[in-house]
Amino acid sequence: MTPCTGKEGLAFFGCDPWWLILGKGVVIFAFLLLSVLMCVWAERRVIGRMQLRPGPNRAGPFGLLQPLADGIKGALKEDIVPRKVDKFIFFLAPVLAATPALISFAIIPLGPVVSIAGHKTPLQLTDLPVAVLLVLAMSSVGVYGVVLAGWASRSPYALLGGLRSSAQVISYEIAMGLSFVAVFLYAGSLSTSQIVSAQAGGGTASFFGLFTFDTPSWNAIVLFPSFVIYVFTMMGESNRIPFDLPEGEGELVAGYHTEYSSLKFLMFYLAEYINMVTLSALATTLFLGGWRAPAPISTVWPGANSGWWPLLWFLGKLVLFIFFFIWLRGSLPRVRYDQLMKLGWKVLMPVSLGWILLVATLRALRNNGADTSAYLVVAGAVVLALLAGSFVWDAIKGPPPSAADEPEPERPAEPEPAGAFPVPPLDAPHYHGSHHGKEVPSGLH
Amino acid sequence: MGLEEKLPSGFLLSTVEQVAGWARRSSVWPATFGLACCAIEMMATGDPRHDFSRWGMERASGSPRQADLMIVAGRVSQKMGPVLRQIYDQMAEPKWVIAMGVCASSGGMFNNYAIVQGVDHIVPVDIYLPGCPPRPEMLLDAILKLHDKIQNTKMGAHRRKEIEELERAKLRALPLLGQSDVPRIEPPRVTQS
Repeated sequence: MTPCTGKEGLAFFGCDPWWLILGKGVVIFAFLLLSVLMCVWAERRVIGRMQLRPGPNRAGPFGLLQPLADGIKGALKEDIVPRKVDKFIFFLAPVLAATPALISFAIIPLGPVVSIAGHKTPLQLTDLPVAVLLVLAMSSVGVYGVVLAGWASRSPYALLGGLRSSAQVISYEIAMGLSFVAVFLYAGSLSTSQIVSAQAGGGTASFFGLFTFDTPSWNAIVLFPSFVIYVFTMMGESNRIPFDLPEGEGELVAGYHTEYSSLKFLMFYLAEYINMVTLSALATTLFLGGWRAPAPISTVWPGANSGWWPLLWFLGKLVLFIFFFIWLRGSLPRVRYDQLMKLGWKVLMPVSLGWILLVATLRALRNNGADTSAYLVVAGAVVLALLAGSFVWDAIKGPPPSAADEPEPERPAEPEPAGAFPVPPLDAPHYHGSHHGKEVPSGLH
Repeated sequence: MGLEEKLPSGFLLSTVEQVAGWARRSSVWPATFGLACCAIEMMATGDPRHDFSRWGMERASGSPRQADLMIVAGRVSQKMGPVLRQIYDQMAEPKWVIAMGVCASSGGMFNNYAIVQGVDHIVPVDIYLPGCPPRPEMLLDAILKLHDKIQNTKMGAHRRKEIEELERAKLRALPLLGQSDVPRIEPPRVTQS
């Protein structure tokens, strides 16, 4: 008889013996540190292969010890504290960046209920009624680390990097929160374990009562727009390429950690990679069915979703997501800061809000027992009618006036040749392309 | 740069020296710093054909605070001298310098008032790499020789002893010219016969 016997749902968490909870915490901590080492190694090797070079391969077999060498070297380096920095905040900032990153992973479900030394316990450190909000809160606290690092360094580069990072992360966090809303509406809960169980099987939908079909279970398919928005905001949250402006070497030396060396810098480095792992794990949990086996496996093998096997599916999805991160880093350039802000505020947020409205309407209709397929058909018909109307309108109105139809603007008189020296024409046509229509009089641009 | 320098001399210190040497050698982050044509060859050293990322060097450090190696790639003008010294001073210990190319090593072809005649006037140099400019293979060779030096760097008590020995050896060394008490060896006289 254990304290957990007979408990259900969220009450099942936290009733384990103390050594089991402590053990889970230590294992998750070790897993995160190990995953950082593996991420650094994988990133450098994969980007190396993408650029047709071997990548680190001298330190240990396949260069596996490369991140370890980086870590030891970094820890043994001189710890410089510049004279003018705000010492207390300068020390506090890396701690504030790294600690919340480690906390978020506590609510990620790694597997179903398993038996450890006779105790039935879920493979998850803890769960809360507001578990996903904890991740958002922790990433917000992590921003303090970055901003304070920039502020305490008393260096313009660090300050600008810190401010950029805070503006970026705050903007993208709104869109990220909005992308979660649809998931919450579908799962009916903010707790991660219940979101995973909500993705266990798809519902059924009927087509005008003619026939019924199974809807897919993963939120990544059902709520595809939310998933796409989450992937965008994930890049923005983790300060990585293509949104790694806070540390753009071309402009800001090294951004907010310009003045940091040795272990303090390593803590920022650690926080960045742990955030990457946490965001990938969250994407897996919210959108890719968590630890549940992907469709063909669970169809042919009923035991795939019990025991310790789900850990494998979870890690597989996690690794695929991290590979996606690295892939993007190997392929994309850095965007400009105004483009970043434009994407966040003018595209991701309005699209998110519209999508939530749509999802909420559909859910409300379905909860009231309405036949949603009829509404869907009507909505589709309206959209089609609007499209057809705009097509007809364009056909009636004729093509838009082109530049060639406009009257030739009057050109200013050729300037007088200055003195005896031959002066080239000040507004030669080739400045504006050889096409006659493109030619513009000087002074207009 | 803390506790590891205060270890007692002996087995423990030599083990720590080996481990630290291996870590420092395997992860030499160069400062992003190029001056002239040699910088093009330095960048070429990171290309797929030569690829110094094999030794973990592709992680160039934007901030000098996190850099380990300064590759002075090109001639240093008098105006650049203070800038170079400042970057060197901003780097955290332990740090190393490669003078890449003849200009950084000795002024090279720029024997004039505008160019510093060798970067060792400004910063201590670990490896002098000749060539105008040296090919990426030569830079890789210099980096490997630097790895050897880093691996065998002594620490703490051993380092102090090493410095003492080097100092004594310098004091004992005979000057090359003007040795009055050494019997002068006459060169063999060439006679016409």
